[in-house]
Amino acid sequence: MGSTEEESAVKEPLDLIRLSLDERIYVKLRHDRELRGKLHAYDQHLNMILGDVEEIVTTVEIDDETYEEIVRTTRRTVPFLFVRGDGVILVSPPLRTA
Amino acid sequence: MAPPLFVGDVTLPLQFLDRKQSRTQSHAMLFFSYFKDLVGREVTVELKNDLAIRGTLISVDQYLNIKLENTRAVDQDNFPHMLSVRNCFIRGSVVRYVQLPPEGVDVDLLHDATRREARGG
Repeated sequence: MGSTEEESAVKEPLDLIRLSLDERIYVKLRHDRELRGKLHAYDQHLNMILGDVEEIVTTVEIDDETYEEIVRTTRRTVPFLFVRGDGVILVSPPLRTA
Repeated sequence: MAPPLFVGDVTLPLQFLDRKQSRTQSHAMLFFSYFKDLVGREVTVELKNDLAIRGTLISVDQYLNIKLENTRAVDQDNFPHMLSVRNCFIRGSVVRYVQLPPEGVDVDLLHDATRREARGG
């Protein structure tokens, strides 16, 4: 087997993330937070450094009178962000739009 | 009483742990090393309780505990009790994000370090 095959083979789950290096990924975090950004670094704890990050925070409020649930999403962008791995729920490679 | 059936099994995870340890001593330093290089820069540390603290990074350890000086809460209206705090130690486990200075991020260096670490792990 050539070394290129070894490099690209997905043998364990973290290999999937290795292949996403320098690609935009989607990260779902605890407490209804989501991130989209370019993956620049990660380790086995899923600590990560992302670039050009968009964070989406979803909050649900209950209307005082109608008791209806009001879902609000707050967005912001951060140039470079270190994300601590213990908050990570899932990491998804970039969506192939083709 | 049932014999301790698990004894044989326990050795396996322990071996696994040993193997892991010898590996983590040489690797698993990626973010530790990275933050060490950031010492002296301004960062914003966002905690899991939504408190965001901006300050100068003074030191960091293997747990990614962080020492900041010249600190101020980003949202002083909501965290007025932080007004008098000028320097602090932050336990690594309560950190959610650290906003990094763009000039302190060498993307190529990070990619190389990550690949090296992934190979070791």
